[in-house]
Parts: sequence; structure tokens; C-alpha cells
Amino acid sequence: MISLTGLNLILPQLIIALAAIIVMLSIAVKRCHRFTNLFTLLSFAAAAISVLYIPRGSFGVSSLFVVDGFGKFFTVLIACAGFVITLMSYHYLNAREKRNEEYYILLLLSSLGALTMVISNHFVSFFLSLEVLSVSLYALIGYLKEEPAGIESGIKYLVLAAVSSSFLLFGIALIYMQTGHLDLSGIAAGLSSSGEFSGVFIAGLAMVIVGIGFKMALVPFHLWTPDIYAGASAPVSAFVATVSKGAVFAFLLRLFYSTGGLENKNVWTVFTIIAVASMLFGNWLALRQQNIKRLLAYSSIGHLGYLMVAFLAITDRGMQAATFYLVVYFTGMLAAFGTVIYMSNKKGEALYIDDYRGLFWKKPWLAAIFTTVMLSLAGIPLTAGFLGKLYLLTAGTEVGIWLLVIVLVVSSGIGLFYYLRVVAVMFAGKNENEASSEPVIGKIFPHGLVLTLLFLLLLWFGVYPSSLLEIIQQIASVIR
Amino acid sequence: MTLVYIILILMFGGLISWIIAGKNSSLAKGIALLAVLADLVIIIGFWISVYDKFDLGSQQWLIDYRVEWMPQLGISFHLAMDGLSLLMTALALFLGAVSLIVSWNEISKNLGFYLFNALWLIAGIIGVFLSLDLILFYFFWEVMLVPMYFILAIWGHENRRYAGMKFFLFTQLSGLLMLIAIIALYFIHGKNSGQYTFDYFALIGTSLSAKTGLWLMCGFMIAFLVKLGIVPFHSWLPDAYTQSPTGGSILLAALMSKTAAYGMLRFVVPLFPEASKTFAPVAITLGVVSILYGAKLAYAQTDLKRMIAFSSMSHMGFIMVGIFSFQALSYQGTIIEMIAHGISITALFTVAGVIHARIQTRDMDQMGRFWEQVPKMGAITMIFVLATLGLPGLGNFVAEFLILTGAFKSNVTLTVLAALGLIASMIYALVILQKIFHGERRKEWKLTDLTPREVLAMGCLIVAIVWIGIYPQPVIKTAQPTVNSLEQNSNNTTFVNDTGPTNKMTLKNGDENMTMTRETSTFFLSLNKKGGGK
Repeated sequence: MISLTGLNLILPQLIIALAAIIVMLSIAVKRCHRFTNLFTLLSFAAAAISVLYIPRGSFGVSSLFVVDGFGKFFTVLIACAGFVITLMSYHYLNAREKRNEEYYILLLLSSLGALTMVISNHFVSFFLSLEVLSVSLYALIGYLKEEPAGIESGIKYLVLAAVSSSFLLFGIALIYMQTGHLDLSGIAAGLSSSGEFSGVFIAGLAMVIVGIGFKMALVPFHLWTPDIYAGASAPVSAFVATVSKGAVFAFLLRLFYSTGGLENKNVWTVFTIIAVASMLFGNWLALRQQNIKRLLAYSSIGHLGYLMVAFLAITDRGMQAATFYLVVYFTGMLAAFGTVIYMSNKKGEALYIDDYRGLFWKKPWLAAIFTTVMLSLAGIPLTAGFLGKLYLLTAGTEVGIWLLVIVLVVSSGIGLFYYLRVVAVMFAGKNENEASSEPVIGKIFPHGLVLTLLFLLLLWFGVYPSSLLEIIQQIASVIR
Repeated sequence: MTLVYIILILMFGGLISWIIAGKNSSLAKGIALLAVLADLVIIIGFWISVYDKFDLGSQQWLIDYRVEWMPQLGISFHLAMDGLSLLMTALALFLGAVSLIVSWNEISKNLGFYLFNALWLIAGIIGVFLSLDLILFYFFWEVMLVPMYFILAIWGHENRRYAGMKFFLFTQLSGLLMLIAIIALYFIHGKNSGQYTFDYFALIGTSLSAKTGLWLMCGFMIAFLVKLGIVPFHSWLPDAYTQSPTGGSILLAALMSKTAAYGMLRFVVPLFPEASKTFAPVAITLGVVSILYGAKLAYAQTDLKRMIAFSSMSHMGFIMVGIFSFQALSYQGTIIEMIAHGISITALFTVAGVIHARIQTRDMDQMGRFWEQVPKMGAITMIFVLATLGLPGLGNFVAEFLILTGAFKSNVTLTVLAALGLIASMIYALVILQKIFHGERRKEWKLTDLTPREVLAMGCLIVAIVWIGIYPQPVIKTAQPTVNSLEQNSNNTTFVNDTGPTNKMTLKNGDENMTMTRETSTFFLSLNKKGGGK
């Protein structure tokens, strides 16, 4: 049972849960967008800071959760991402929607799901947090009522996510049937006593992989991604790309590392195929995209594929590489969607690559930021993306998984094409048909500042990442 | 610290000129040029101060600066300078300054960003020449890429986007293969010694099995062969060289290709001595094929810049031959070739740029009989055309002669074939002169002769190429410690399967190295006499 002393261990989760309730009640009293936004910001900040008050070490909170360095790191990461997304949402919602306050409840709830997922140590807590995350996402994706595309993609996500959840549940049931446990350490113990993986267990794992693969949008479970990214509002797309995927990836690491599921050759092979397919298809399909959000969607499939390389290395270095890369990916994706939001106006989002034509001559600073983001996603030195990729390659090379390493190199070569295309468009001649004279959202104060900060982070991690590396090296070996 | 300052001055110079270019464009240009010249003065001052130290058996490394960068991964910020990198840095700064002067008025659109890219490109190139940590090396290797891509894709000629994309893809992909090789080397060294580091000095003695060594060397070589533009990795080269603005072509052809040659001398040969011996016949063959094929293609072009691009490819073949002959003479020749080719290709691209600026075309079929109108331009072009075809008394002759003399000892047949390249180069080089400055007048152009600014830039180049042609001793002396250590390195290698030519190398001992150097010096004394008599 949870004793009262254990409560401080899950302080961030409690703060966010409480914040969701307070926002809900405050709406009942009086609608005020500014207050709601500010309050959400504060609670994300408080959640991130409260991690400092959690003692060092690894603690179990009942059998459902485990609070360790790894979990804390991801808690901070998700809270920070939530903070940035909240900040970016304010002017965007002001411009495009009338009733905005509920948005923040949903955002807080889905973040709560993500936050509990990263400390889950039990299939029940995992499934619950997954549902909390997903159910709020259904509503978030279709939040803009004026946008038919948004509602369509909300429903699409609902149907597909429900199917994947049922796969997941069935898989969990099969695993339970075989091992008699739902907590990860119990499963690991059950496995090591029986020695070999039975057919039922493998089937269970396979179904869990389907469920998780869907959430992470790995090929071949990726079909929803481009539609949902393109249909949802840009801040929500950013949330799906970062928080939702990152949290599931964190649990994936915990699940397979602590149970040793990857030691089975078949499971490993399946993951290798998924990783190779994600890297190649993700980058390949992004090549011809004209819609920048779809492009980012496919590129994010590729990036999750890269992360799988580190995951499949099954070493401490692999863990560190994955964690570092995830931070880089978060920063890059948030900044990319931030730029899209910046360029949007009342009428709609700056969806097409052509909307960015000649941006460098009009808004050099914004174009410089977006260029850096693209170069970071492509993995060019001076930006964080390069060191991330270097770390991934190091992890892969250490254990000699040459196939994955070579595919990573080839697919990032493919990736260069479309990242450079975006960059080249920004530096191309001026846009002749200056269609909309509507002011862009980003003009207003905090947005540009956030983008600048993310940009500086990308450069900082790219040039002098020692401090971040040190933290990651401390936390990343705890998990096994 | 001097080395760090050299790079920082360029980077800050670039930033400052970007910022102020919007308000005062000539001041921005002035600052950019000043930054490069300041560095050049520092380097030449340093060179003079250490010149006496380049004696036989002296220390190879002049400056060694190392601080921890990412200790968690064994990456350090390690810059160092020996004779070779000193020469290359000086060359980069000299030609960088020339490239700024000749494209002084060429760039009007977004001048600030151009200057920023040009200076960061030079900074990246110098970083490559100075870094001795393999990740830092790779870092600078890629840092060169982005500014070059921008220069090409923004200020290039009509087909710039395509050329830029092709350039970026080729070099980036091949660079990633090198990165994998670097990482693999890191782990092999780490597992052998327990010390995980990317430091050059630590990695240099790593013992590798023959097969692994060959694979890793291929990773490095692919990156270098692509950048050098050797057949069959050259397809990006004519596009990129042709489509760049003049300043970009100069930086690309004269400096960036040299980073690849430098990389082979600094990394491939010392890190993989055995593998590079195994690979040598292939490398020399590729070099010879490039020499002949490049010359043939150059002859077939009507686009002036494309022709120069292929001629450059042909000369890069000599560098391959020189490096993989593993002879002191050919190493010296390679280093001189890097400098001489850098100077002559700069001059030729300048001529192409100057003509293009006046008549807006690069098509040689539309030119003819220019000498009457622009005698100064014609005379200067003639000097560099003669340099390209290897006329004695000019730098390229010394270089190619040394390379061939050295290579003759290791592989007679291929050397003979490579020597045919000299004849081929004569044909295409004279075509340049013939088609543009003589022959029939095909169109009426209003031409103006070189401006004093252009004459100044070309004058510097002429002085340099004649200096190297007549008195290359300073260069040879400066490079000698590096060449010695390269030689020793190849001599220390023991072989499992000895082949004919390399066998002789293993027998050579330190004493003979000294003889070799003396041989080089006497050779040049006699050469100088001949040169003086001319």
C-alpha cells in the first residue's frame, strides 16, 4: 500500500493531477484563458522543479511504480516539454478557437498519463497511464471545432488507438498466463526460472510490441502518423511527436531491459526488422512531402527508428545514447513545430513548404532557427543532432550491429534530401504571391523567446554537452 | 592557444561582417579581409620564428594544444601543428584572402551572409588541418560542408540547387562512413588498451588485423576519395565546381580538395600503414585513371569552368599517385602539388570568373581573340596555363616531377602511364589559351581589361607560383619532419605477405632516410641551377 511517506516520491505526478482538477474547477467559476494558461505553466514548472525534492536512489512506490534516476530524468523532460507546448499554445488558441480553457485540462491529463508511464513498473499502471494519455489525446487532436480535418483525425486516432490497446491488453493477458505476474520484476523472475521463452509468452510479447509500436509509430504501425500530425493543431502535433512517443519509449526501455525480453533471438530479430523498416520508410516517405507537418511526421518515424538502434544495443552506452538522442529529438521537434506555429495566422497554419519560401530574407532570425533545427534533425555538426547521431553510432558500433548502423547511415543520407529542401526553400528567392497579410502568431512576445531558447539548447548540446552527458551517465545505468 | 585564436578570429570576423553588412557593405568586406589577413600575418610570423627548427631529426610537432571537451566519451579539443599543417594553414589563409579579393564586387545580394559563410568555411578548413582528435577532425570536416552548401546553393549559377544538393549528399554520406570507421577504431583501441579515446596520438599505434584494417581504411578513404574527386567518386565535382560563384569555386577546388589529400597523409597512412600498402596498387591505379580520364574530359568541354574542374580532377590523380608510392620524394612532391595546384587553380577560376563577369557566359565557343582587347588578362592567363601543363620553373612542374620520380621506384608501369598525363594536360591547357585568347573572333564583346584589384590578386598568385617553381626549398624544409615521420611509419611496418615494391621500403633504415633528404636537397640545388639559367 502507499504509505504517506511514499507520496513525495510521486510529487510531480500529484502536482499535475491536482492542477488538472483545479483548472477544471476554475473553469466552472470563471473562464479566463490567461489565468488558465499561466496556471498550467506554473504547474508544469512546479512538477519539473519538484523532482529535485525526490531523494536519490531507486524506490518502489507500491508495486506499481518505481522512482529512479531514469524515471526522474524523463519526468523532467516531459514536464519541460509540457511547459513549452503550453507556452506555444496560448496565442495559437487565442487566434483560432473561442473556448480554450478545456484544452489545458486535456493537456495536463495527457501529460499526467505520460508522467506516470515513465515510472511504471507494472503492466496495470502502464496500461492505465497509456489510456489516460490516449483518451485525452483523442479530444485534443480534434480540439479545433472549426477544422474538419482535426475532427477526422481525432476519430481516426480513436479507432486505431483502441484497436492497438486491445492488442496490448491481449498480449498482457498472455504474458500473465505464462508467468503469473504483471509486475516487471515478477515477469523477469518467472522467465529466468523457466529458462526458455514459450510460444505463448512470445505471442504475448508480440502483441505488446504491436501496441507499443503503434504508439511510437514504428513501421509497420505508422500509418496514422501523417494524418494525425497534419490534422491536429500544431501544438498538439508537437505533443504527440514528443511527449506521447517519448513516454512510451521510456517504458519500452524499462520493459525489455528489466525483463530481459530482448535476449530472445526472435524478439530481437523482430525489433531489428521494425527498426530497419522505420528508418528506411520514414525517411523515404518524407522525401516527396509538400506539407511540412506530414514531413515532420515521417521524419519522426525515422527518428524513432534511429532510437531503436540504441535500444537494440542492450548496453549502458545504448541507454545513454537513447536518452541523449531523445532529449535532442524533443528539442528539435518542439522547435520545428514552434516555427510552424510562429508562421501560422488566424486563417490557418503555414502548412506547406512553399509558405516558407524566401523566409530568410524576411525573417532572418526565424529562418536561422529553423535552419538549425533542420540541420540538427539531419545530424550536422555544431548542432545537437550530430552528437546524438554520433552517440547512436557509437552504441551500435560497440556491439557490432552493423546492419543497423549501416541502415542508420544510409537513411540519414536519404533524410538529408528533404531537410535540405526545406532549408533551400527558405534561402530561395522571395515569395511572389504574398497571399495573406494576416499577422503571424509568433509576433507576440513569449513565443519568439521560447524558440530562441530551444535554438540555443540545440547549439549548446551540439557544442558543449558535457554537463548533460554527465547527468545521463549517472541515470542511465540504473535501470537494469 | 595561438591555434584557437586563428580559428576564433575567422569565426568572429565572419559574425561581425554579417552583422554590419546591412549598414556598410565595404566595411564588412574590409573586416572579413582583415580577419583573414591578420591570421595570415600570425601564421607567417610564426613560420619565420620556427623556420630554423626544421632541421633533420627535429621534433615533428611545433604546437600542441589539448583540453578536455567531452571526457565522458573520450573526446578532447586537440589542436596541433607540424610543418605540413603549417603549410596548409598558410595556404588556406593566402588563397582565402585572394578569393575574397577577386570576388570583391561579384556578390551584391546578401553580402553579409556570404562573408559569414566564406569565413566559416575557411575556419572549418583550417580546423581540419589542425585537429588531432578524430571526432574534432570529423566535426570540422562537416562544418566545412554547410557554409559551402550555402555558398553554392544561394550565390551559384543557373543550376545551383541541383549542384548544391549533389555536393552535400556525396560528401555527407561518405563522411558518415568515415565516422563509422572512426568509431570502430575507437572501440578496437579501447578494447586493446582499456583507454577509450579519440586522440590521434593514442590511436596511431593501434594494432589491427589485416582485414579489419582494410575495412576501416576504406571508411576513411571513401570520404577522402569523394572530396578529392577521384574516379569513380567524382560525379559531384564538375557540377559543384562549375555552379559555384568564383569565390566558392576557389575555396572548393583549391582548399577543400586539399583537406582530403591532407587527411590521407595525416590519417590514412599513419593509422593504417599495412592496409594502405595493400590498397596502394588500387589507389595508384585510381589516380592514374583520374589523371587520364580527367584530362580527356577536360579536353572535351566547352564550358570554361567545367573544363577547369576536370583539369583539377586530373591533377588530383597525381596526389593519389604521390601519396600511395610511399617514397620521401613523392611525399614532398605531393605536398608541393597541393600548394602549387591550389595556387594555379585559384588563378584559373579567377580568370573564368573575370570573363564571366564581363560577358555573362562560360561558353568557350563564343569567345575568341580576346588577347587584342585584354592583353593583361591574356598574359596572366598564359602564365597559369603554362603552370597547369607543367612548365619547368613554375610550381606544378616541381611537384609533378617529384611525384613521378618517387613513384617510379615503386611502380614503373603505372608511373609511365601517369606521366602521359603531362602530355594530355598540355593539350587541354593550350586549348584554353587558344580558344579564348587566339583563334577567330566569334562574337563582338565589349571587354575591359583587369582592374588594379584583380591585377593585385593575380600578382600575388604569380609571385607564389614562381617562388615555388624556382626556390621550393622553404616548403621542402618545412615539410621534412612530417615526411620523415611518414617514412619511418611505413618502414616500421612488418609484412605478412611482402610484395615486390613495398619490400624495398621495409629494408630501408633511418640512415637512408637521411640520405634521402640529402638527396632531395642536392636534387633541388641542381634544379635551381637549371631554373636560374632559364
